[in-house]
Amino acid sequence: MNIHEYQAKTLLAEYNIPVPAGLPCMSPDDCIAAAKRLGGDLWVVKAQIHAGGRGKAGGVKIARSIEEVSQYAHSIHGMNLISNQTGPQGHTVKRLLVEEGVGIARELYVGMLIDRSRQQIALLASTEGGTEIEEVAAVTPEKILTAYADCESGFNQNDLASITEKLGLEGCSKTQVIELFNTLLQLFIEKDASLVELNPLVITPAGNVIALDAKMNFDDNALYRQPEIRELNDPDEQDPDEIEAAKHDLSYIPLEGNIGCMVNGAGLAMATMDIIKLYGSEPANFLDVGGGASVEKVTNAFQLMLKNSHIKAILVNIFGGIMHCDVIAKGLITAARDTHLGIPLVVRLEGTNAEQGKKLLADSGLSIITAKDMADAAKKAVEAAGEMA
Amino acid sequence: MSILIDKNTRVLTQGITGKTGRFHTHHSAAYAKGKRAYVAGVTPGKGGQKFEGIPVFNTVIEAKRETGANVSVIYVPPPFAAAAIDEAVDAGIGLVICITEGIPVLDMVRTRHKMKNTSTLLIGPNCPGVITPDEIKIGIMPGQIHKKGSIGVVSRSGTLTYEAVDQLTQLGLGQSSCIGIGGDPVNGMKHLDIMRQFNDDPETEAVVMVGEIGGSDEEECAFWVKENMSKPVVGFIAGITAPAGKRMGHAGAIISGGRGTAAEKIKIMEECGITVTKNPSEMGITLKRLLS
Repeated sequence: MNIHEYQAKTLLAEYNIPVPAGLPCMSPDDCIAAAKRLGGDLWVVKAQIHAGGRGKAGGVKIARSIEEVSQYAHSIHGMNLISNQTGPQGHTVKRLLVEEGVGIARELYVGMLIDRSRQQIALLASTEGGTEIEEVAAVTPEKILTAYADCESGFNQNDLASITEKLGLEGCSKTQVIELFNTLLQLFIEKDASLVELNPLVITPAGNVIALDAKMNFDDNALYRQPEIRELNDPDEQDPDEIEAAKHDLSYIPLEGNIGCMVNGAGLAMATMDIIKLYGSEPANFLDVGGGASVEKVTNAFQLMLKNSHIKAILVNIFGGIMHCDVIAKGLITAARDTHLGIPLVVRLEGTNAEQGKKLLADSGLSIITAKDMADAAKKAVEAAGEMA
Repeated sequence: MSILIDKNTRVLTQGITGKTGRFHTHHSAAYAKGKRAYVAGVTPGKGGQKFEGIPVFNTVIEAKRETGANVSVIYVPPPFAAAAIDEAVDAGIGLVICITEGIPVLDMVRTRHKMKNTSTLLIGPNCPGVITPDEIKIGIMPGQIHKKGSIGVVSRSGTLTYEAVDQLTQLGLGQSSCIGIGGDPVNGMKHLDIMRQFNDDPETEAVVMVGEIGGSDEEECAFWVKENMSKPVVGFIAGITAPAGKRMGHAGAIISGGRGTAAEKIKIMEECGITVTKNPSEMGITLKRLLS
């Protein structure tokens, strides 16, 4: 689960990690009031969406007067922000953050995530703050400094001292940054985070350390024990179809192609998308119905896929293991009838009682195209979609 | 021969009295020599009960002492599953197979840290389990699609493993052992660990390796194969069409920061001498061609 920058900064502040004074806003009027309350003569107006790359896309502006705050707030609020991370359709800005301006002497990158190979928590730090860390990793990997921690013992403090040394920090900022690394780890563990990025973490001309930007992701599997984090969820930031799918215990991601696919199991679902492409078309979605393909689940899945306007055919690929294919076939027939499926349906059923399942489909009176294997199914779906186009 | 488990394995089910544990213990015990293999169950507070003749104990250590169980399979719900692994490790169980999906990743980081300096092997979590055809099935895979033989199968996903196995069986190629290592980012044995065992198993002649987007396990395995493997390997990677930054069902299946793409994995596997097919319906036939 992702949260907004202002929410991440509230969490940081709870852990006494310094952030700029700021107020979240839902409208341009809110922004003006916030700027007046914060005082001073320099403010930053920031679009709050879950995707990054906001600055370059015009979603972050520095204001030198209340008039400028108003002007920027009006232009950012409600804008369709298209950044390199939002996708071409962009994302509507509904929330903003107004902050006091902060003097910057240096900008650092600080990240924390799970290192899959080492099975530890990794700290990443770099002098190249403000830029995208992927670029730094690709071009100058030696500029990324790392340290690793276990949940119980934390970081080796010598590693942290060595990192701050290499970052060129001295005096009070060095002590503050080491403390920040340790506190960030505490937050990461206590809140079941999966990614924390402070980019940039700035050193002010006075030598103080402030998190100027913050990004946090949390482990979906741990949300059951993180009620406070769950509260921060902003449904406006999620695809409504993905929310709907999650309600029915379906894993669904809409895509750009025209062949809808419904599969049991994530790996087989990805493989089905791949084989559609291999036979010359593109998948309209990823959809994993999981182990129990009940009538209700299949109906919900069909309804979701049919919402996608460029869908031309549906490919169902089920490997019935414990679940019997005749039961799945009955579910498919009911769902196809109930949803008045107006597009070709290609079904590949394999596993226990596959023959009985295929017979049920053939005798259903519905124009269901059965396939003998994955390749056959993909070929037939691509053909059927072509005829619909 | 086979790897990890065979007809002499003695299995205990952790979470045997839950719905999932009951269902799959029933089906696993009904497969091949399963009746003799499933010797114990564990559910705290339910010690003294029996499930289909299998004695239930309160703790793993007790179950092990009383029945000589050497492998544990876990069907415990996610919030308690990592603690169940810890208990099996503390009791000195040799191999733990954790089927449970949805364990918080930091629970697994803690558990894997505790497992350092122990000799317990872990398969999973979030996996279908392990099967040695005609001998023993430990997990949720459909037994009847398997056939005894000499092809090793290792995979990160469930139904895609069944797909690979089914293709092999249809072509008359039986399997020595099939291992589902699971789709979570922090897990036990990796492709590489299983590949080593297949290489050392005299009964395994060739291996089908099924991977997916995310992480770098397939690449690490491929580098090892290049230097050490004496048997042919066929590979498939799911997710060539998967968009970056989207979690494709499995917690571990995500392309992040431009890493872990299918294209990158396939390139490295091919460079390391693995025969990769991009067509998931041709995993079996690709291996058959390679062997003839």
